[in-house]
Amino acid sequence: MVVTGISGNLGRVVAKLLHRTERVAGIDRRPFIGKPKDVEHFQIDLRKKKTEDVFRKLPVKAIVHMGIMHDPRMSAEDHHNFNVLGTTRVLECAAKYGVKKLVVLSSANVYGPSPDNSNFLSEEAPLMAASRFPSVRDLIEVDMLAHGFFWRQPSVETVVLRPVHIVGPTIKNAPSNYLRLKRPMTLMGFDPMVQLIHMQDVGAALAAALRPGLKGVYNLTGPGEVPLSTCFKELGARPIPVPHPIARGLLKSMFKYRLASYPPEELDHIQFLCMVDGARWRHETGWTPGTSMRDTIRGVLSDLA
Amino acid sequence: MGLSDTIKQGLRQWTLAMGGDDLDDRLREGRTANEYGVDPFGFSLEYALSAVGPFLWLYQNYFRVQTYGLDHVPQGRVLLVANHGGQLPVDGAMIGVAMLTEAKPPRIIRSMVEKWVGSLPYVSTFFSRIGQIVGTPENCRRLLEKDEAILVFPEGLKGISKLYSQRYQLQDFGLGFMRLALETKTPIVPVGVVGSEEQAPALLNLKRVGKLFGMPALPVTPYGLPLPLPTKYRIYFGEPLTFTGRADDEDAELEKKVKVVKAAIQSLLEKGLAERKGVFF
Repeated sequence: MVVTGISGNLGRVVAKLLHRTERVAGIDRRPFIGKPKDVEHFQIDLRKKKTEDVFRKLPVKAIVHMGIMHDPRMSAEDHHNFNVLGTTRVLECAAKYGVKKLVVLSSANVYGPSPDNSNFLSEEAPLMAASRFPSVRDLIEVDMLAHGFFWRQPSVETVVLRPVHIVGPTIKNAPSNYLRLKRPMTLMGFDPMVQLIHMQDVGAALAAALRPGLKGVYNLTGPGEVPLSTCFKELGARPIPVPHPIARGLLKSMFKYRLASYPPEELDHIQFLCMVDGARWRHETGWTPGTSMRDTIRGVLSDLA
Repeated sequence: MGLSDTIKQGLRQWTLAMGGDDLDDRLREGRTANEYGVDPFGFSLEYALSAVGPFLWLYQNYFRVQTYGLDHVPQGRVLLVANHGGQLPVDGAMIGVAMLTEAKPPRIIRSMVEKWVGSLPYVSTFFSRIGQIVGTPENCRRLLEKDEAILVFPEGLKGISKLYSQRYQLQDFGLGFMRLALETKTPIVPVGVVGSEEQAPALLNLKRVGKLFGMPALPVTPYGLPLPLPTKYRIYFGEPLTFTGRADDEDAELEKKVKVVKAAIQSLLEKGLAERKGVFF
């Protein structure tokens, strides 16, 4: 089994979950720190032809593709290039080398936050994220590529998972970093409901997606929904409410001068709804998250891990 | 805790004093909330009980609301379909308070609010915590499947921004609510609200000026702002209507069914208007 993006924080969770029962090979251009002995790591850029060597060498039954970059600091071109070309390469290999199963880790963010969103979006909802935030269109493209592959290659059981905001002590994505702030900026008068999922639960869900016979596109939800303010209350943070027109301008210049790690478009997530309905996944797999709401929220702080 | 918590606590006590001490227990029954006291849509009973205080006071002392036929509202999923008017959605709030304090057992109603509400600070959060949600068909379907009571104003914006000369003349009804009722097999209770349409007599609607400020309407009353006068509210709940047929039928077929609902509301309104002796008492 091949795991792309294995050196990331989530990749390591997945490797640790799977390596005792499966033979795991990882592909990631970054070094794999703390690699279990029985995991084979190929330090290759996914886009390169050399990726194919892994498939020539090993009998690959399944791929977990999570080598998808979310770093807003990278240039848009690099970002797009890495995500789209990397995914294309993975799909090519899956088709060519008779892989039985492909699990792609997309994100519920592909729907995009918006004031006219329904409270719970189903898998059929249009992927609108790029309409307000154009630089995420590569993430949508990755999702669509996998979705297209699902139809084009019926011999490969393709599962596309769209998890809600992934949080965890070692996770460094925007939602986890934001929730770790002691004095976070919030938007005055806005307190949208948010959905979080613990990284351990995402790992477990990715493992569950490997079950033979399962295929399709699924939203993946954690233990539930809470107002954003509740998360901060639980974490003991004291938010600073800022009127949203000011916040946008402020964050724009802060991001430009590298004082903030999020672009202003990310503010949509703390202003509007972007929640999904995870019923299909739960119904078809019987899977439920193992982490409670409280522990999921507290899970962003490393000392509670 | 802080000042806002003290205020919330005070408001809650006030609500319970006016609505009955066991109101919160009666409401909690059969509702789902997580360990933080919110349901998946963001409704918080704690918050709602605080927020409803001022409206309950208005209900009892300002608009002196009188209800008729509340027992027509069945248990389980139901669509309450009402006339809309009065510039500010006081009619929605009063129907909500009636169901909350006078219905047996008390019920929390959900209403479908305009999409632009989602982009307003404070208002969006306030509506979400008291159980009001953005009116998408998807949201409505989901709530009906959970056996909730939903209030709709099919006249929409055209209804609420009626001029004084158009009072109690029902505007065109949207068909969306009928499709959802057919799809989810939900009974419809027609509701006639008398009193709301005189509360803020609008002489003209400066729509274009309103647009400059991002508002869908800008009514002007003889005293300027569309603030509601203390008209006497009478709310009539009609017998539940059930419809059968295909939810995806042509508009013309659905219009026939919608007409039945519209006629029922019209007759409730006529009854109410005939019975009352004056607008303010």
